[in-house]
Amino acid sequence: MTDVVIECRDLTKQYGAFTAVDHLNLTVRKGEIFGLLGPNGAGKTTTILMLLGLTEPTSGSVRVLGLDPARQPLSVKARVGYLPDQVGFYDHLTARENLNYIAKLNGIREPEMSKRINEALDQVGLSNVADRRVKTFSRGMRQRLGVAEILIKQPQLIIMDEPTLALDPEAVREFLDLIRQLKASGITILLSSHLLQQVQAVCDRVGLFHQGRMVLEGTVSELAQRVLGGAYRIHVEAEGGDAVAAALRALPDVVKVSANGSQYNVEARADLRAEIARKVVEAGGKLLGLSVDTPSLDEVYARYFQKGAAYAARA
Amino acid sequence: MQHARSIAPARQREGSPWTGLWAVVAKEMADYLTSARMMILEALILLTAFGTVYAASQNLRAGAGASDDFLFLRLFTTAREPLPAFVGFLGLLVPLLAIALAFDSINGEFNQRTLSKVLAQPIYRDALLLGKFLAGLGTLALALTAIWLLIIGMGLLQLGVPPSGEETVRMLWFLLITIFYGGIWLALAMLFSIIFRQPATAALAAIAVWLFFTVFWGIIASLLARALQPAPPGDTQALINQIQLELLLTRLSPNTLFSEVALAMLNPAVRALGIVLPIQLHNAIPGTPLPAGQSILLTWPHATGLIAATIVLFAIGYILFQRQEVRA
Ligand SMILES: Nc1ncnc2c1ncn2[C@@H]1O[C@H](COP(=O)(O)OP(=O)(O)O)[C@@H](O)[C@H]1O
Ligand SMILES: [Mg+2]
Repeated sequence: MTDVVIECRDLTKQYGAFTAVDHLNLTVRKGEIFGLLGPNGAGKTTTILMLLGLTEPTSGSVRVLGLDPARQPLSVKARVGYLPDQVGFYDHLTARENLNYIAKLNGIREPEMSKRINEALDQVGLSNVADRRVKTFSRGMRQRLGVAEILIKQPQLIIMDEPTLALDPEAVREFLDLIRQLKASGITILLSSHLLQQVQAVCDRVGLFHQGRMVLEGTVSELAQRVLGGAYRIHVEAEGGDAVAAALRALPDVVKVSANGSQYNVEARADLRAEIARKVVEAGGKLLGLSVDTPSLDEVYARYFQKGAAYAARA
Repeated sequence: MQHARSIAPARQREGSPWTGLWAVVAKEMADYLTSARMMILEALILLTAFGTVYAASQNLRAGAGASDDFLFLRLFTTAREPLPAFVGFLGLLVPLLAIALAFDSINGEFNQRTLSKVLAQPIYRDALLLGKFLAGLGTLALALTAIWLLIIGMGLLQLGVPPSGEETVRMLWFLLITIFYGGIWLALAMLFSIIFRQPATAALAAIAVWLFFTVFWGIIASLLARALQPAPPGDTQALINQIQLELLLTRLSPNTLFSEVALAMLNPAVRALGIVLPIQLHNAIPGTPLPAGQSILLTWPHATGLIAATIVLFAIGYILFQRQEVRA
């Protein structure tokens, strides 16, 4: 119980008659990177604002680090770092001056303040531009400055809303590296995104949001197992006709085989590459290629919503 | 299903609402004092002060100033064609300065996308709003004090005598009221910066209110008084009632309150503010001067009115801001 960092029970937010977040149940444990994924308008930002006490829930309960953000907002906000989507800065001030202001708002005083600011600038790689006006910063630099503003608080939990949005691929990679470093130092991270592919790589667990409801939750391979039926997708290129297809279908743990000329897509519950190679040869086929995909969240998501009606009916 | 939950969170809150207040004040004041728009306006006011006060001192030296006990006060109120007196300018420039300081105070944070970040720090919205207001008021106070010192310095040089105790008290009280007068416009511009997302809209709205009170309110008050309290020819009582109603209505304008205070404080001969209100400051009624303490008492209600209006405007802004969504 003590290692639960975020706990939401039936958390609901209504704007008038519109339900932005609908009976959300969510548990995030210490040291985890949790990905809150879902399309625009799914309710991710609203959830985050409730976690920080910046919006009041309509009903349900939230606990962040064991505290109620609506009743103890100062304690929560002192311990949680928040990077809003498209974070802004005081452009006429330098990076250091921006950090100074945030530090003072957090009641951090000299000499501790300068020490923390220098450390944070170092960690995000902005030390050499610390005294330049933020006006001149690229998007990637601004995003890293946003992280520096979080780090000077030495938070136990970091919440980032769409942190990779509007970054170029290089900046995204650097940013994801930064997130991994933070995780290594033991900080719990919750991040939201609608770009599933990008965050898949860093998240320990993800929750898929749709129209205010958390429709799926678990590790990426758990979700793939549940939604795609098989966690492994194996590409086989082999000559040998129907005999090969039949041999593949006969394998245990194979969920589905689809053929396209000499290309076969095999969905399986395990990594069956060795068995497949053996069966193809035994069936008299000629094996030309063999590879395995880990399933992508995009695929899980797309497939889930193809079957959406069926799931909704069961729920 | 009915929404039972009410507006702002009324429950007991943790910690002080003023946590972080001084961090906000310090940052905002540094911003104000270095901003280009502040420098332009400050330069404009300084130039006006210099010009009008210099002209006034020339007049005073030329005229029968020697017998006057209140030479320093005359520096504010003496006009020399074509320039009006400095108090006349103050009534116009102080609102402009205040509006220029505050018209983008909250919507600017929205548009810069800094608001949700700042409110995610361990402070309440109260501290942010009050901090910005206090920083604006502090900036105004600083600017106006500098101008007062400039005027006194010029007076010392040009007139060759120091101000008397009476004069000093009067000038100080008038300085204080001028700052409060700026406070109203500061609170108004801040309110509009909460209501309107576009700073330009907020600035225009504030300037519209200012124009309304400066140009139109006098006329409207007079028309309203005539309509509500008709005075048939020959009926003196009805006429007095009508004038009193008109006076009451004009006093709803901060401009009127300010000019009445200016009149009473800078013209010791003024013994009452009422029906005898002269239109021009230097056309004082003859009579023995009132002690400064009495003049302060005379303008006490005005000071209270200015402060009360400021508090009301600030409170409206506060309520709106508490209910506002932080997301951009
Ligand atoms: N202040 C508001 N009033 C009414 N509806 C809102 C408000 N804020 C957000 N919404 C709606 O709530 C839904 C969820 O929004 P949001 O949490 O921002 O989604 P996400 O961050 O996942 O893109 C959206 O449909 C949005 O239009
Ligand atoms: Mg969002």
